[in-house]
Amino acid sequence: MKTDHHVILRVTAKFLIPIITLYAFYVQFHGDYSPGGGFQAGVIFAVGIILYALIFGVVEALRLVPATFARTLALFGFLLYGSVGVWAMLNGGLFLDYDFVIPEGPDGHWGQHIGIIVIELGVLFAVAGSMLTIFYAFAGRAPEIDDEDW
Amino acid sequence: MSDVANTAAQVAGPDLSVILIDISVLTMMAITAIAIARLRSLFALVMLSGVYSLLSATWFVIADAVDVAFTEAAVGAGISSALILGAMLLTVRVAKEDKPLKRIAPMLVVVITGAILFYATIDLPGFGDPNSPANSYLAQEFLQRNYGDIGIPNVVTSVLASYRGFDTFGEVGVVFIAGVAVALLLGFGERSLSASLKKKKGGEK
Repeated sequence: MKTDHHVILRVTAKFLIPIITLYAFYVQFHGDYSPGGGFQAGVIFAVGIILYALIFGVVEALRLVPATFARTLALFGFLLYGSVGVWAMLNGGLFLDYDFVIPEGPDGHWGQHIGIIVIELGVLFAVAGSMLTIFYAFAGRAPEIDDEDW
Repeated sequence: MSDVANTAAQVAGPDLSVILIDISVLTMMAITAIAIARLRSLFALVMLSGVYSLLSATWFVIADAVDVAFTEAAVGAGISSALILGAMLLTVRVAKEDKPLKRIAPMLVVVITGAILFYATIDLPGFGDPNSPANSYLAQEFLQRNYGDIGIPNVVTSVLASYRGFDTFGEVGVVFIAGVAVALLLGFGERSLSASLKKKKGGEK
């Protein structure tokens, strides 16, 4: 019979993980106005998943966020960031010159707004995906934390 | 003349409560660092280094460096602890004892470096001094032109994402390459996981 003496830990984590994930998105999308941005949001998001993996086991976490998805996400974020730069070049600007992201007058800031939001999304995907890939690489070798290690 | 006096009063230092919080947080950091240096149990070390990061994040908040504090709390206390925990599970749980003689050289390096840093603080401008080099030239320039150039209120974000977008692109590249490099060295996870699960099952039989 499998006894579960981490029940308090599991219940608390179940309650906290959605809040951590939600907070990551707050940090992401409020980064224009308050401290934070893609790097921090990506790390916080990855920590939510890693907490899940530490408490419920890596196998469960791999079912939730497959390792293939994590590394694809990292690559996609990196390419998304770069594609904003290329898009600005196609519109006649320099690489990553957000003033050329959408056509507008010299006083308009929408290009800057959209450019920053998209590259911050790219940072979020790249950082979260890379951190999860690193964690899976380590954790994939030791499937569970033994009880005497807690 | 009154301007100068005002500035001097502002620079003169924070009030007593801030100094007390400063001292207590820095004392706790010092105690944690000494505990980290003396402990041998790796699990306790991982937890204590997380505590150290959290304390230094608190101290960054006191020093008004909220962005740095945020990053320290998320990266230092959050993901580093989790990753080092994962790495620790691959090795033994207790570090080897050092020979007493082997501890002298690191101690000397730490003491000399600390003394040099203390000596260097004599030349530093006062905390929050508006006339210090860091606060006067480029920082002023960015603070003044940021809203007209970019149109978002958080200067840190606009410097990071727009003025230095190329630089941040490189940083994201570094993070991505780090992920790929670790995965290439240690395996991507699912294959080695299924191998170790199979080994475990075999061991239980």
